[in-house]
Amino acid sequence: MSAPSPALPPDFLRWFASRGWQPRRHQLDLLAAAQAGRSALLVAPTGAGKTLAGFLPTLVDLAGRKRSATSGLHTLYISPLKALAVDIARNLEAPVAGLGLPIRIETRTGDTPAHKRSRQIARPPDILLTTPEQLALLIAHREAEAVFAGLRRVVLDELHALVTSKRGDLLSLGLARLHRLAPGLAATGLSATVREPEALLRYLVPRTEAAREADLIVAAGGAKPDLRLLEASRRLPLAGHTAWQAMPAIYDLIRQHRMVLVFVNTRLQAEYTFQELWKLNEDALPIALHHGSLDATQRRRVEAAMAEGRLRAVVCTATLDLGIDWGDVDLVVNVGAPKGASRIMQRIGRANHRMDEPSKAYLVPANRFEILECRAALDAVEEAAQDTPDARLGAPDVLAQHVLGMACAGGFALEDLYDEVRSAAPYADLPYEEFEQVVDFVATGGYALRAYERFAKILRGPDGLWRVRDARTAQQYRMNLGTIIESTTVKVRLARSVRGRPGTILPAGGRVLGEIEEDFAETLTVGDTFLFAGEVLRFEGLHEDEALVTRGPPGTDPAIPSYAGSKFPLSTFLAARVRDLIADPFAWDRLPAQVSDYLLQQRRRSILPGPRDLLVETFPRAKRHYLTCFPFEGRLAHQTLGMLLTRRLERAGLRPLGFAANDYGLAVFGTRDVAERIGREPGFLDRLFAEDMLGDDLEAWLDESAMMKRTFRQCAVIAGLIERRHPGQRKTGRQVTISTDLIYDVLRKHQPDHLLLRAARQDAATGLLDVRRLGMMLSRIQGRIIHKALDRVSPLSVNVMLEIGRERVYGEGADEILAEAEAALLDEALA
Amino acid sequence: MSQGTRAREDDTTVTPALKLEKTRKTPTLTLAGEALTLDLSGALWLEAHRTLVVSDLHLEKGSAFAARSGQFLPPYDTRETLACLHEVVARFDPACVVALGDSFHDAGGPGRMDEGDRALIAALQEGRDWVWISGNHDRAVQDGVGGRFADTLAVGGLTLRHEPVPGGAPGEVAGHLHPVGKVAMRGRAVRRRCFVGDAGRLVMPAFGAYTGGLNVRSPAFDALFPDGLTAHLLGDGRLFAIGRAMLARD
Repeated sequence: MSAPSPALPPDFLRWFASRGWQPRRHQLDLLAAAQAGRSALLVAPTGAGKTLAGFLPTLVDLAGRKRSATSGLHTLYISPLKALAVDIARNLEAPVAGLGLPIRIETRTGDTPAHKRSRQIARPPDILLTTPEQLALLIAHREAEAVFAGLRRVVLDELHALVTSKRGDLLSLGLARLHRLAPGLAATGLSATVREPEALLRYLVPRTEAAREADLIVAAGGAKPDLRLLEASRRLPLAGHTAWQAMPAIYDLIRQHRMVLVFVNTRLQAEYTFQELWKLNEDALPIALHHGSLDATQRRRVEAAMAEGRLRAVVCTATLDLGIDWGDVDLVVNVGAPKGASRIMQRIGRANHRMDEPSKAYLVPANRFEILECRAALDAVEEAAQDTPDARLGAPDVLAQHVLGMACAGGFALEDLYDEVRSAAPYADLPYEEFEQVVDFVATGGYALRAYERFAKILRGPDGLWRVRDARTAQQYRMNLGTIIESTTVKVRLARSVRGRPGTILPAGGRVLGEIEEDFAETLTVGDTFLFAGEVLRFEGLHEDEALVTRGPPGTDPAIPSYAGSKFPLSTFLAARVRDLIADPFAWDRLPAQVSDYLLQQRRRSILPGPRDLLVETFPRAKRHYLTCFPFEGRLAHQTLGMLLTRRLERAGLRPLGFAANDYGLAVFGTRDVAERIGREPGFLDRLFAEDMLGDDLEAWLDESAMMKRTFRQCAVIAGLIERRHPGQRKTGRQVTISTDLIYDVLRKHQPDHLLLRAARQDAATGLLDVRRLGMMLSRIQGRIIHKALDRVSPLSVNVMLEIGRERVYGEGADEILAEAEAALLDEALA
Repeated sequence: MSQGTRAREDDTTVTPALKLEKTRKTPTLTLAGEALTLDLSGALWLEAHRTLVVSDLHLEKGSAFAARSGQFLPPYDTRETLACLHEVVARFDPACVVALGDSFHDAGGPGRMDEGDRALIAALQEGRDWVWISGNHDRAVQDGVGGRFADTLAVGGLTLRHEPVPGGAPGEVAGHLHPVGKVAMRGRAVRRRCFVGDAGRLVMPAFGAYTGGLNVRSPAFDALFPDGLTAHLLGDGRLFAIGRAMLARD
């Protein structure tokens, strides 16, 4: 952009100088854009002074404000994490105090006491820092118009992380309302580096005003990160995610650094890594654990200890991915596959939060395939290449929530709200009929059987405005607001055992260690041992809604493995790079010998597919016939493909018995020889992988799928069909809750085109089932399927074969379990 | 349902001996000298008396939620429950149908019922005896839904009542508790509705589309079955008889 004249007032320049700083180019550019009343997106790497850049226009504006000027809310700051909002508020104190600005800065989160909230409505601060959920609550307030009428700026932090989720949809609707309440409003987005910032630019300004686009400001890149692969001293296994071989090396790194963040991909990997590091911890270094299931007070303690520099390492999950600088981290170690280029950049940025110094990080592959993925990620970081966040289609369930909120805010006219909603980027293409359906859903459930007219939640008044029925409904809205559906959890409480009476457990009094998913708790039986909060625990039973545990005897191995795979699927971008790497032998010299040897073996014994090909191998093993393939599209897409392939093979009379999938490929096995059929019937394989499997086969399977039911449950809660369970709230008993599985079954039978079923299918396409990605893959491999009939398993296939028997598919195959239990009864009878 | 495929979606640890026999005969129990056929639908068939028993229909449970708490659950539960009932009735062609109590979720249920659903009930009642046993939810419903009303009913050596009575007569068939059995093994859990019984009594599963369940390992069942119990879980393809030792608590 053209160089605008720096508009930083002298006292600001003095303040910068007093800290030994220079205003940065992008900070001044953003100031110029804001002063011209323009919305803008600032794309900057970690440590570039992004937050200060975001607030500088506000501070300059408020500094110039006359004492007598009417006060009111000037700037609204929205962050994905409430802790981040609190942290930023603290950081703003320095410039505000240093410049002697008469500015009131407050935060508003779920923890803000009620009296303070009411005061914030009656007498808003100059700057309010909050979250997307709190924004939704604020705009649904009766006083919203008065509060926001004078709003000048809204700053959206970590926008890249927000827009890819339903929270992003919710925020976009809130932003649309803000633009309407405050016509002079300019939005500023702050984002980490993304490959295609266009989607983020679109998000910032109302879509109906095509003339006004947001400015793009890109900060110059900082120092390149010092990123390395942790060379394994011995051969890595072909599968597995624990990286146990690397633990001594990681421990050495901890010893050599001030503070190390050890990132892993799942809670269980965190537990495992923590456990293993402590086994090695002869120096008794302070190493802590941080993940989302741990008790909040314990997490706060770890964060505080980090900030005070009392820790040498923290093993953590995505909970520490974003935003907050808890301490002086000088090394990041990422255990396991990076899964995405942007994710790894974000994590690396946690080390050494100064732009001009390189961040130092190690990638630690846990198996030989992960070496490939790590190599691809290293290359991507080297080129500063990033994943592209997928543009979202706004979710109907989130819109339903918003519609109810707007009815609480004082009512809406149908057409006006429609125009407003369409000004939000994710909903820009929403047809009017669908909008009407959403409003109908909010009013009476949207059922063809008009059973609930007389209970309607929102009613159209004589003035044509839709308003909420009563205070109770408005209260329900506030209680159920938000798009984050925590999986239902139960508290894990350490039970007290009675001395002298082994086996007797007192339910009360013990400490709460954290929470585990109800799904997981359901599978535990008394006496099972599992890893949690850094120790091996023995399950003693459920008491009300708490899982009671005791400490396992020393040396116990946890008996129940929870899901050990990776939570994040491999990103499309990184997957393509892995395929390229495999297809290009000239690139192999950058790989450790154990990997290039492995690929050579594969080429000798089978074939290495080109970057756009799909390799299908068939081979017999132990009286079974296997078909393996390697799409590299992530575990979720592969699971879906596995389900669909088994259906098709079944129909072709090939009697599949099951399948296993991981991030790279898929193995289907059965009792009949698939290779023989492929040889006998030309085109069989092409038909097997034909794109039309995403038609009827998918529909038929989806309807039965347990994953679909889970997705439906989330939509139902967000849309307000069923009420959210709140933490601490007791289960209210069988009479007042109905399992969403039952609701789903009934609804799909009697109204298969219902709004919520469509919402669930839309989610399935991108979420748990990743149908969209599968579709892209099927179209990519058209005419590019390479079949290799082998007489035994190939090196490539070993990787996915090792998944067999390890993975469990949620909720399926119930009759086998029951049959086994029944057989146990029979054994008992015959014994 | 497609349990054929479902069975195969699981991994491979199932041994051939445990493979499902799809055409296995419906299990029969003997209670107080009467032969009881447990149907996969959750209904009970008394062949000798050509009597079909279903328990805890909880009709209009969905609309009860809308009326009470503003939760608009799909209002198709009554239709769904009646459709399932229709299927069983068509299969057995009973001379008598006994609804074993809590047939309506609340006293207002019949009043909220859709005309189409009302007609379905009338069609089911056509040409056969129909007995509504009173339950705790629907004691106030005493007319307007066809059939006759009773607190208990004797069928041969059996006593049919809604709520089981501890120490009650041998030959009691009751509902009320919505029994479910849970089996957990190898890190997986399956929770299903079930019949639960011993030599003296039987408690039936809830038949209604929106009915949840109470684990048979809960104290409520201990008093009824002091000498142990067998749960007959409604699987995808057949019933499974599972002993107390294999049943997990919630």
